[in-house]
Formats: sequence, C-alpha cells, structure tokens
Amino acid sequence: MTSFFIVTPSSMSLEREPEPSSPLTAPLTQTEATPLHAPAIVNFVASAEPAAAEGPPSPIRQYLNTCSNGGLADKTFAAVMLVCALSIFAIVLFILSILIARSRLSLSQFGFGFFTRSAWDPVSGDFGALPFIFGTLATSLLALAMAVPLALGVAIFLSELCPARLRAPISFLTELLAAIPSVVYGLWAVFVLVPIMRDQLGPLLVTYLGWTGLFGGYNFGVGLLTASIILAIMILPIISSITRDIMQAIPVSQREAVLALGATRWEMIRTGVLRNARIGIVGAVILGLGRALGETMAVTMVIGNHPDISKSLFSPANTLASVIAGEFSEATSSMYLSALIEIGLALFLVTIVVNAIARALVWAVTRGAPARVH
Amino acid sequence: MRPPTNYKSRSMRLNSAWRYGINHLVTGLAILSTALVIVPLVAILVYLIYKGASSLNLDFFTHIPAPVGETGGGMANAMLGSGIVLVLASSMGIPVGIAAGVYLAEYGQGKLLAMAVRFTADVLNGIPSIVMGIAAYSLIVMRQMHFSAFAGGVALAIMMVPTITRTTEEMLMTVPHSIREAALGLGVPKWRTVLSVSLRTASPGIITGCMLAFARVAGETAPLLFTAFGNQFWSFKLNEPIAALPLQIYVYAISPYDEWHRLAWGGALVLILMIMVSVTLVRIYAGRGVLKGAS
Repeated sequence: MTSFFIVTPSSMSLEREPEPSSPLTAPLTQTEATPLHAPAIVNFVASAEPAAAEGPPSPIRQYLNTCSNGGLADKTFAAVMLVCALSIFAIVLFILSILIARSRLSLSQFGFGFFTRSAWDPVSGDFGALPFIFGTLATSLLALAMAVPLALGVAIFLSELCPARLRAPISFLTELLAAIPSVVYGLWAVFVLVPIMRDQLGPLLVTYLGWTGLFGGYNFGVGLLTASIILAIMILPIISSITRDIMQAIPVSQREAVLALGATRWEMIRTGVLRNARIGIVGAVILGLGRALGETMAVTMVIGNHPDISKSLFSPANTLASVIAGEFSEATSSMYLSALIEIGLALFLVTIVVNAIARALVWAVTRGAPARVH
Repeated sequence: MRPPTNYKSRSMRLNSAWRYGINHLVTGLAILSTALVIVPLVAILVYLIYKGASSLNLDFFTHIPAPVGETGGGMANAMLGSGIVLVLASSMGIPVGIAAGVYLAEYGQGKLLAMAVRFTADVLNGIPSIVMGIAAYSLIVMRQMHFSAFAGGVALAIMMVPTITRTTEEMLMTVPHSIREAALGLGVPKWRTVLSVSLRTASPGIITGCMLAFARVAGETAPLLFTAFGNQFWSFKLNEPIAALPLQIYVYAISPYDEWHRLAWGGALVLILMIMVSVTLVRIYAGRGVLKGAS
C-alpha cells in the first residue's frame, strides 16, 4: 500500500490539474520539486488509518462526501444497486401473490377448514391438509428431540472444551455435512437406514419400548420414525454450527468473571455462556425447526407417502413438503393442483414466520450489544 | 481441573466433590455426544464415497442411461442438463445477488432499508426449496403449458440470490475503508471505486461465495421436480424438459433396478465432490483473509 501512495501522486500530478482547495492534493503539487514531502504524505495516510478503522465516516470521507463527485454515472450505479437489493423484497411478495392466485380455487372451496379436515381423496375431489400437518409436526418435533441435545453437546465441546488442533477439522466436517444435498441423504437412507430400521432397530424398539404403544403395527422400515431420524441427522450440523457461533460471540470476560469466583468449568459454561447465549440458542433450534419443516427430498424417499394419522411411529405418513413432491406431477384436476399449491402456500407462510423469529433471536445475540448479565 | 484441598468442613468437601463430579460428568457427556455425532456422519460420508467410487467409470461421464435391463450407461445427459440449468441460474442469480450485496455494504450502512433487506434475505434463505419449485411452476410452466429448463433455472436463481447477497456484503465489509478513501481521494468516482477497488479487493471471497451458492443449488432436487422435470435423452433446448443430476439420482434411487441404483450412487459422489471442493475453497479464503490475496 505504501508503494501505491508514493507512485501514484507523481503520475496523477502530471495528468490532472490539482485543485488548490483540496487538502489531499495540495501537497502533491510540490512532489516534483521537493521529494522530501513524499514521506510526509505517507505519514499522513498512516496516521489517518487507525481513525478510519474505528468508524465508517472518517474525516477524509466526510470531506469527500461533501464534494460533488459523480453526476449521472454515480447516481445510475447507486440506483441499479438499490433496485437489485429491493428485488429481494419483490421475490418474496411475488412468490406470495402467485401462490395465492394459483390456489384460489381451493381457498374458496374449503376455506380455513382445509387445515382441519383429514380427508384426502383426489378421486372425489375432497381435500384436507390435517394428515400432512400432523406428519410435518410429528417428524420435525421428533427430529428436534433427537438432534437438539446432541447438537448442544457438540457446540459446547467445540466452543469450550475442544483442543485447538481438533477445532478446525471438526468445524470443517460439520460445514461439509450441512452442505450435502438432501437427495444424497435420502439415497443413503433408502439403502442403509431403512434396512437397519426394518431388521435391527425396529425389533429392538418393539421389545423394549413396545409397552408405550408407539411402536405398534407392521414395521416396513419406512415411516415416521425413519423420516425423523434422517431429519435429525440433516439438521444436526446446522444447529450445532450456529450454536457454536453464538457461544463464541459471548465475551471472554464473562467466562473469566465466573471462573474467578471459583466456579468449575461446567458452572462457568452454565452461568457464563449458556445463560447469556440462551436466546440465540433458542433461535438456532427454531432455525433447525424451520429447516426440518420444509425438508423435502430425503423425507419423501423414506416416509412411506400415505396420508394417515396413526399413533404408531412405524406407520407410513406424509408431510406438507413430501405430498407436494410426491403428488404434484400426478395432479390431473385443477382442484387437486390448487389444493397442493395451497399446501405450498401454508408451508411458505409457516417457514417465513419460523425463520423470522429465529433470525431475530440469533441476531439479538450475535449482533447486538455485549451480552447482558443476569 | 483439580478440586482444591484446604477445606474447612466436611460438608464443604462433599459439596466440592459433588460440583467437580458434575463437571466431569458434563464434560464426558459433551465429548460423548460429539463422538456420537461425528462417527455416524463420517460413516455416511465414507460409505457414500466408497459406493460412489465403485460405480464411477468412463461410461458414466460419456453415455446416456441404458434402457432398463441392460447394464452400462451413464449420466452424461444429466450432467450436461445440470450444467445448462445452473449456467442459466447463475447468469440471473449472481449479478442480482452481488449487486444487492454491494448496496448493503457500500450504500446502505446504518439505513433501516438495508436492515430490512438483510433480514428478508436471511428469511428467504430459509424458505423450503420446494416452494420455489411451485412458484416457478405457477409462473412459467402453467403459462407455457410445458416443463422447461428455463423454469428450473429461474427457481434455482431465486435460491442463489440471498446466499450471494450475504456473502458479498460480508466480504466487502472486510475491505478497509482506507483503500476506498485512497481511491476517492485521487478523484475516482464512487461507482468506479466500488467496481475496481472494493469489489476487486474482495473478489476472491466473493467468487468462492458464488461457488458455494452454486454447489448448494447444484444439489437441489425439489425445485426441479416440476420445472426441469427430467429427461432420459440428450436435450439442449431451454424451453423443453431437461435432465438434471439430482433429479436423476432421485428417480433412480426409488426405482427397483440395481443398475440404476449404481448410477445413483455415482451421481451422488459427483455432487459430493463438487461440494467438498467449494467448501474447502471457502474455508481457505475465509481463513487467510481476502486482503492478503489481493495486495
């Protein structure tokens, strides 16, 4: 950077007519005659640097903002950038409006009762989304119940206990696993998880937990429980990596304060880290919930695709997303299609709300002021 | 950690032993849960690589799928189709995403509007991909009355925008203000400063961010189910159904034929390798800082 500043002034002074009023260009007019000024410029820039790093509007910037500096090109460029940023709003509004427009048929036919009726009969044109809402909630909540304790353990390990040498590879692995496509997890589940569920895990569950009544019926290997397990595997890396980021955003001084009072490491984690990070951790869990609600391919491949509300975790079921994936291309009547699009609309609205809550909670911890002390 | 030894009373000693016991118990549980998570996940990864590697061969990359009952064949048409759809999606999604990121970092600092855009981008990022598929179907396929590669490209482009916006913004924020000020101080207009100083300095990070977004949507199946739809043969036209790798994996995985299962594993490995490369690159750039690469 130093060389940048020493080289350019001389060439600039040849090309441009320097303005005497500008504090930056004024010394440059003398660079040819008195080379001793060059180090002075470098010093000036170097001393201005720390000030610039602290807050965005440094004195130089403020001065430059008051100059007229662009005219049409600058305004056009800024406008194009603004339009692109606004297009993100436009995308959301556009998806919403087109989904409402295309599901009008079913909206007017069934009204709100669409979400409370359990009929799903494409032949006679009778549609209700209750079985899919049940399937979605059951799989997502079961997946959360399995994933959250483990994800918390992983996050605590990575953020507080892990030796520095192991931290990078494990974080890398979780990032990688969060990026593996849904269909690949589905492929693995179809050929590895389903046989395990059918032949090993399923009979074990029936023997030891059969009394709960949750494991009745015939075990095909596909069904609610298998879908929940694959969902749990898929949301685990997401929840644990966000939770770890949140824990690392808690200031070290909080930890040191608790340790200085004579706390053990766990007491330090509980009172110094988890209590400060709890809002963000709830946000991370809700973010995982949002992901689980909308997860399509892997669930479609192992859930059994049958609109049933059953007590047994072995029974085939269907979720909001998987019924769309499974039946959309078979939808022949316009009412059938409209009902499926309405399910998509419901999924869209629910995930928007869930994600908005989660983001707000995560932002509260990672972007806000230093964590509050309770 | 070792409990201290200078206790005044027996109850204090017991209390201390209890506290240190809990400490060890929880530490053990955290390590156990990490092992419980890492070991199966690594097992999945290794299994996928093992199954995929044994099904990849030259035919896989040069042939279209063989008819049912015949062995051999590959997924060349699916890879080409994926490529076409992804190029379409990138050409729409990347410019918009980068421009929105530039707005957030260079023009919108501290503005309420920028906060709202940032928040909406994060929320849009969490919307299920199948919803994008339905939206593109409702907009394009229902109007044209046939499936098309273009509709698939639009669905994937919408998914790319929020990721690229946020990465671009974060990478631009790492560019020091002094560099921008240097350019502005030399009389360079702001638009030129953004293009040839800010974006250029942050370009390694932004490019890898785009790669990551690309790799993410490359594995998306749900938005393509009723837009690109899939095709068993070569297809090059943008307004016709086109094959795509993740779609083909899905169809082959739920089919009853062993030969198709083999192809599905091979396709999965190709997808995973792509993602591994992009995640690794992102880590390299995120780790060493953009500026060191630029100066």
